[in-house]
Amino acid sequence: MRPFKFTQTNDAANAVKTVSANKSANYLAGGTNLLDLMKEDVSRPTELVDISRLSLTQIKNVGNSLSIGALARNTDTANHPLIRQNYPLLTQAILAGASQQIRNMATNGGNLLQRTRCPYFYDTAMKCNKREPGTGCDALEGINRMHAIFGWSDKCVAVYPSDMAVALAALDAVVKVQDANGKERAINFADFHRLPGDNPEKDNTLNHGELITSIELPKNDMPSKSYYLKVRDRASYAFALVSVAVTFNWKGNVIMNPRIALGGVAHKPWRALEAEKILSGSVANEENFKKAAEAEMKAAKPLEHNKFKVELGKRAIVRALQMAMNGKG
Amino acid sequence: MKYIGKEMSRVDGVAKVTGAAKYAAEFQVKNVAYGFIVQSEIAKGAIKKIDVSEAEKQSGVIKIFTHLNAVKTQSKGAAFAALQSDKIVFSGQPIALVVAETFEQARFASRLIKATYTEEKSVTETMKGETKPMRSPQTRGNPADAFKNAAVKISAEYTIPIEHHNPMEPHAAIAVWEGEKLTLFDKTQGVMGVRGHLAQSFGMKPENVQVISPFVGGAFGCALNPNYYPFLTAMAAREIKRPVKVNYTRRQMFTGHGYRPYTWQKVQIGANKDGKLQSIIHEAVGNTSSFEDFGENPNNFGRTLYECPNYDTPYKLAKLDLPTPTWMRAPGMVSGAFALESAIDELAFALKIDPLEMRLINYAEKDPETGKPFSSKALRDAYKQGASKFGWEKRKLEPRSMRDGKWLVGWGVATGIWGAFQVPASVKITLKSDGTANVGSATADIGPGTYTVITMIAAEFLGIAPNKVKFGLGDSNLPQAPVQGGSFTTASVGTATHGAAMAIKQKLFDLSGWTGIKAEDTELADGFLRGKIGSSETVKISDLMKKNNLTEITETFTSRPSAERNQYTTQAHGAQFVEVKVDEALGIIKVTRVVEATAVGKIMNPKTSHSQEMGGVVWGIGMALQEATEIDHRYGRMMTTDLASYHVPCNADIHEVETAFVEEEDKIVNPLGVKGMGELCQVGIPAAIANAIFHATGKRVRDLPISPDKLI
Repeated sequence: MRPFKFTQTNDAANAVKTVSANKSANYLAGGTNLLDLMKEDVSRPTELVDISRLSLTQIKNVGNSLSIGALARNTDTANHPLIRQNYPLLTQAILAGASQQIRNMATNGGNLLQRTRCPYFYDTAMKCNKREPGTGCDALEGINRMHAIFGWSDKCVAVYPSDMAVALAALDAVVKVQDANGKERAINFADFHRLPGDNPEKDNTLNHGELITSIELPKNDMPSKSYYLKVRDRASYAFALVSVAVTFNWKGNVIMNPRIALGGVAHKPWRALEAEKILSGSVANEENFKKAAEAEMKAAKPLEHNKFKVELGKRAIVRALQMAMNGKG
Repeated sequence: MKYIGKEMSRVDGVAKVTGAAKYAAEFQVKNVAYGFIVQSEIAKGAIKKIDVSEAEKQSGVIKIFTHLNAVKTQSKGAAFAALQSDKIVFSGQPIALVVAETFEQARFASRLIKATYTEEKSVTETMKGETKPMRSPQTRGNPADAFKNAAVKISAEYTIPIEHHNPMEPHAAIAVWEGEKLTLFDKTQGVMGVRGHLAQSFGMKPENVQVISPFVGGAFGCALNPNYYPFLTAMAAREIKRPVKVNYTRRQMFTGHGYRPYTWQKVQIGANKDGKLQSIIHEAVGNTSSFEDFGENPNNFGRTLYECPNYDTPYKLAKLDLPTPTWMRAPGMVSGAFALESAIDELAFALKIDPLEMRLINYAEKDPETGKPFSSKALRDAYKQGASKFGWEKRKLEPRSMRDGKWLVGWGVATGIWGAFQVPASVKITLKSDGTANVGSATADIGPGTYTVITMIAAEFLGIAPNKVKFGLGDSNLPQAPVQGGSFTTASVGTATHGAAMAIKQKLFDLSGWTGIKAEDTELADGFLRGKIGSSETVKISDLMKKNNLTEITETFTSRPSAERNQYTTQAHGAQFVEVKVDEALGIIKVTRVVEATAVGKIMNPKTSHSQEMGGVVWGIGMALQEATEIDHRYGRMMTTDLASYHVPCNADIHEVETAFVEEEDKIVNPLGVKGMGELCQVGIPAAIANAIFHATGKRVRDLPISPDKLI
């Protein structure tokens, strides 16, 4: 990797100030993704500020929300009693990702900021607008079996890799961040990650230097049914071909407030708003599940090697809804 | 037997799990410098300019080698050698070696090297490559006519993608020069081969080169041939007059040592209505590089397996702008078996014959190729035992007829064969009067348990406890041994160990002065030379040696395959039974049960043998369902070059695996009666899985890997 300046701090304000002052500075938390990218010469920060000692690790009820510290480890988050009891969807999604060893190191904030696993992004011999804006996208007509079917642009067809974030999208999480002036802001999860458009180098809507302090989960609408389904090429330690997070309440046999997010299909966790529209107020049965899945997938635009994701996505939505309904979550 | 045939834990197990076992890159060498390989970004053409000026300025950088200043090899072989010219023959080819004080400095500087190229259009698709016919065995009978006239016909095409070995330990070498003498610590399956390669490359006497490789963290064929880095490392060390270490990164493993070639196969089978095979035409095309031929004749797989009067196996190589392929566990055989054993299953389905019965109908009692008898062949028993353990008789013939809740259940069977090879090998044993022995041979232990099995054999025939035996390997100063490959190590080095122990016994017998008994009626046991059961002669070995003023006795023995073997066909056989469960809607496949029944002569160590079989099964599962190196043919560049995108099975993919050994008494293969199993155990697995998936779903997938998208 390229030489860089390294500092550690116990003070969040100090960390934010340092990173904000240097356009090519980065935070370092678990390092499970960033260090790989630096070794591959994909990320080239000139300065790293180690924030792993900041006390942003608590998971606790705050007002009407559950607040999850940005620096809580993925493993600790998945296994926390408040999350296991009240947000089993999040536990399922976290445990579906990476490996135990990686989850032990990875932090929640870092999980949201992990970069795509597109092989063209990783290989510096290939053209990639995300890595080097303006060079082109070799994945567009390359090996794109793992790539996007929704929301891509001709500048980038990469998908966002996190499982945890797919559940957070379905749970309507809010990301809290802090800037160099000490100002805090809350970003709705749907607005946190972005589609590639003309600027695929930007994965999310954070401003440079902003530090994620916590992820808040609204408590007032405790989901009664949920399930995280991940379809992948092997049983563990593989990124999703398609994943589905579903959560809904129901009254009698009628679905209320359904929330569905898809992973492995877009540059961000993909909220299945079309499907949600159809399911809301509908009877929970296979016919309606299928109708919702069909409606959602209508807008899919597959690439040369990932046409299967359209049919797989439909089936995965139906299956996830069935599993949630049957209380398998 | 006291030790042979009984379970023994690995003698090197504690060293391996405590870190005491040293792998190539871990040897501590004073003043070592680190080399980092810089690779080409194009697949074909020439380097126009390579600018190292920025890199050279970085702190810690000692020297940067390119084709402009690297020493040229004196080896004339076709194998790739690094930094020899401006010519680019594959993407990922080394174009520079940065040597620096630390690995990190070398890697960083490597990023600053800028190369420009004159690029030519590359071809990396096998079916688009320029082909050349390879030598195949003679056509048997008249396959074309027999196929035309057959009552039932099957014709199908199968493909296998490029696959990489991906051992845990990446390749590494440390080169140390002392005057004209070179010591190289290397990850290799054969120290003698690397020694010869280096001697040739530098124009040195082989005795001035010592190659050391005591532990290998998996290799599976990718360290069989000397790769390009030992010469590169030693060249750099000689030029900068300091030891140099070069360690591949995981990505470099994909272009640094070869791979299982892409294979296209077409199988045409003609049969009678009763299932009797009449004709097999098994064609294959595999890829090689533009500069070197690598062939593995995958389509020969069935020639000695099935009774079939008409047989043809045309084979071609396609020259591509890729590195040269190499041997990868069960080379050729597993690829050929995937096609032929799938096709046999297709035939069984067409005839509504049970697929196991299909194989028994065409069972070869003697070698159909030569008419020679088999030295031993318990395949029929293997089928029987495997079927019984698996519960095969409960299988329903129709696809999609078995279920477990939402899962479709399928049962498949396939056969594996592998040659029971033996090659010349030498072993030196020194028996000491204190009752310990040193055993040495320049063989390797890439994981099968060679340290353990040779220790067992020596202990058995020297009549001392295994913990009194110290076995050394992986050093080219030890007596000559072949590479560890082809599943022939125990048959070769084990036989030599037995021979050396027998030579020591003979020497002790000569010292004993016994006249009333012949040497062959004596044995070494529990520290004594004694007559075998029924005779009373006995003498303590230490006493006998002391009496003759000997503190040690040393014998070196070279074993060679017997002439008798030529009158027989010597093969190992196995039957694989597989259960899969398929979630059809999502394309998810679980291999829930595997029973592998294997006939490989004498089982020396049931414990490590079981491990070998497990490894083969797991590998077969990976090959069937997951493994593929994807190439972007626009650039001729491999794209799945890390362990996140190149999948091998993880623990959650592996369920029940049962192994059974059908022991064969075979004194023809070698005095120990041992056949190799390290490759055999994998051969039938991909086909058995594909067959089980067909049985579960009614879908025949002929292109590996069978990933979820191919089933939905």
